[in-house]
Amino acid sequence: MPDGFLRIVTLALVVLALFFPLLAEAGGSAYLVPSASRILIYALAAVSLNLLVGYTGLVSLGHAAYLGVGAYVVGILSFHAVEGSTIFGLPGTVEGLVSIPLAILFSALVALVLGALCLRTSGIYFIMITLAFAQMMFFITVSLERYGGDDGLFMYAGPNRLGPLDLSSEWTFFYVCLAVLFAFLLFCRYLVGTRFGRALGAIRQNEARMITLGCNVYRYKLAIFVIAGAGAGLAGALLANQASYVSPDVLHWTRSGELLFMVILGGSGTLLGPVFGAVAFLLLEEYLPVLFDAAGLELLKEHWRIVFGPLLIIVMLFNRRGLYGLLAGRPRQ
Amino acid sequence: MLTGGMALHKPSRSQAGKNSRIMLLFIEQILNGLQLGVFLFLVSAGLTLIFGIMGVINLAHGSLYMIGAYTCATVSMASGSYWLGFLAAGLAAALAGALMEVILMRRLYRRDHLDQVLVTFGLILFVNEAVTMIWGRTPLFMDLPQSLSGSVEIVPGAPYPVYRLGVILAGLAGAVGLWFLISKTRIGMLIRAGSTNREMVSALGVDIDRLYTLLFAAGAVLAGLAGAFAGPLVSVQVGMGESILILAFVVVVIGGIGSVRGALVGAILVGLVDTLGRAFLRDFLGLFLPPAEAAGMGAALSSMGIYIVMALILVIRPKGLFPVVAGR
Repeated sequence: MPDGFLRIVTLALVVLALFFPLLAEAGGSAYLVPSASRILIYALAAVSLNLLVGYTGLVSLGHAAYLGVGAYVVGILSFHAVEGSTIFGLPGTVEGLVSIPLAILFSALVALVLGALCLRTSGIYFIMITLAFAQMMFFITVSLERYGGDDGLFMYAGPNRLGPLDLSSEWTFFYVCLAVLFAFLLFCRYLVGTRFGRALGAIRQNEARMITLGCNVYRYKLAIFVIAGAGAGLAGALLANQASYVSPDVLHWTRSGELLFMVILGGSGTLLGPVFGAVAFLLLEEYLPVLFDAAGLELLKEHWRIVFGPLLIIVMLFNRRGLYGLLAGRPRQ
Repeated sequence: MLTGGMALHKPSRSQAGKNSRIMLLFIEQILNGLQLGVFLFLVSAGLTLIFGIMGVINLAHGSLYMIGAYTCATVSMASGSYWLGFLAAGLAAALAGALMEVILMRRLYRRDHLDQVLVTFGLILFVNEAVTMIWGRTPLFMDLPQSLSGSVEIVPGAPYPVYRLGVILAGLAGAVGLWFLISKTRIGMLIRAGSTNREMVSALGVDIDRLYTLLFAAGAVLAGLAGAFAGPLVSVQVGMGESILILAFVVVVIGGIGSVRGALVGAILVGLVDTLGRAFLRDFLGLFLPPAEAAGMGAALSSMGIYIVMALILVIRPKGLFPVVAGR
C-alpha cells in the first residue's frame, strides 16, 4: 500500500468531519449529527487513554471513571442551578465556561488521588487495580441518591451555554466537539515532542533503564495519569451535554474496556489511531444490527454481540498494529 | 414510687435485650461475610492460580461462574435434584474452561497483558450474548435444596440457614483441597515447576500443554461450583459474573497474585468488610450524624469499604499480603 494512502484517508476524514452537518442535512439525515458528536467525544476519550496506553505503556482498565467524574460535575452543577440550591456553599450553574473547567479540574483531582495509589503497582496489578477503583467510582455514583442514584440524573435545563454559544444547537455542539478534539490532538502532539513526552516514551521502552538514569519515573507516570484523566473529564463534560443526562452507566466497567479497544483497534501510540478506532468501533456497534437486519438475519440483529465479540477477538489476535498501521503500510524502520 | 421504680428498671432490661439482639445480628452478619468470602475465594483461587502459573489475566473467569450458575439452575429445575445440578455445573464449567484454554488462552501465553485483557473482554461479550440467547433476559430463581433448607442454632437464639453454613464449610474444604493438590501431590509439583521453568518441565517429558489445560479446567470448576452455590442465594442473570470478577480482582490484589493462601485471606477480609460495612456503617454513622446524612454517607462509604481496604494494604504492601516470589 502506498505510503500516502494514510494521508489521503486522514484528509478525507477531516474534510468529511468539517462538512458533516451540511452533508447530513443535504442527504436528509440530520439526525446523524448528534451521533457524530458522540463519536467525536469518544474519540477524545480514546485519545486521552492513548496517552497512558500507547505513549507510556500503562494499561489502565478504569478510564471510564474520569469520563464519569466529568459528566457528573456538569450534571450536578446543572441540577443545583435548576433547583436553586447550593453545593459546598456555591450555587449550581449551566454556564459551560464554568462547569466544563470544573469538570476537568475534578477529574484531574480524582486521577491524582487514584493514580497515586494505582501507580505504586505495575503490570497486571495495575490493570486489576485501575479496574477496581473505577468500579468504586461506579458504586459511588450509584449511591448518590440525591442525584438519581441508579436511574441517573436528567439535566432539565438542557445542555450548557458556552459563553455566547448555545450547546443545545446540534450544529454548534458538533463543531464545538470537533474543535475540542482538534485542540486536544494538537496538545498531544506538542506534549509527545517535549522533554516530558520523550521521557514517557523511554519509560515505556525500558523503565529500569530510566530508573537507573536517575529519573523519578513515578512522578512522570503520575503526571501523565492526571493529564489523561483531565482529558477524559473533558470528554465526560461534553458527553453530559450531548445527552442532557448522566448516569452510572457512563462509568460502567465495560465502557473502560471499550475505550481500551478503540485505542488498540485504531493503533496505540499513534496520534490519530485512537480517533480511527473510535470511529470504527462505534460505527460497527451502530450498524452491525442494521446490517444483519438488511440481510434478513432476525436472530443476529437482536444478538449482534455474538458476532461482535468474536470479531473483536479476531482483530486482537491477528492485527497487532491497528487500523492506523494497516493504512500506513509497512512500518518505517 | 412503684411506677418510678419500674421506669428505672425498664430501660436497663430493654437495653440488655437490645445489646444481645445486636450481638446476635453481629454474629449473623459475620457468618454472611464469611459466606461471601468463601464465594470470592472459589472464584479468586482459579484466577490467581491461572495468573500466577500461566501468566494470563482472564477477564472471562467470571463467565465460568455464570455458566455454573445457569447450568445448576436449569438442571436442578428440570431434574428436581439440586445435587444433579451442582454436578452438572462443575462439568459444564470444566468443559467451558478447557475449550477456552485450547481455543483461545493458549495463544495468549506469550502475548502481553493488554492483548489478554482485550481478547477475554471480547469473550465476555460473546458468552453473555450466548447466555442471553439460550436463557433469555429474565433472571432465574432457584429453590434451596430440600435437604438443606432448614436452619440451625449455632449460638443459642441465632438461627442460621443450614445451606449458607454448608457453603462456608464446602468452601473451606475446597481451600484445604486446593492447598493439598498444589503443595503435596505430584501434579501440583509439576504445576509449580512449570510456573518457574516451562521449557525445563517440558524437556523432562511432561506434556505441559495438557497440564495447563487441566489446570485451567480446574480453576473453571472452582468458579463454576461457586456459581452453583450462589444459584439459590442470588438471582441468576447475565452480568452476574462480572460483578464477582471485579471483587475477585480486589481479593487477588490484596492477597498477592499467584498465592492461594493470599486469596483465602483476602477473600475472607473482603467478604467481612463488605458485609459488615453494609450492615452496620449506617447505624454507626447515625451516632454522630443526622439520619439523612448518615444514610447517604453510609451507603457511599459501605460501597467504598473494600476498595479503601485495598488502597490501605497497597500503601503498606504494594505486592499484596502474601507476595509470591516466582520466575516472572
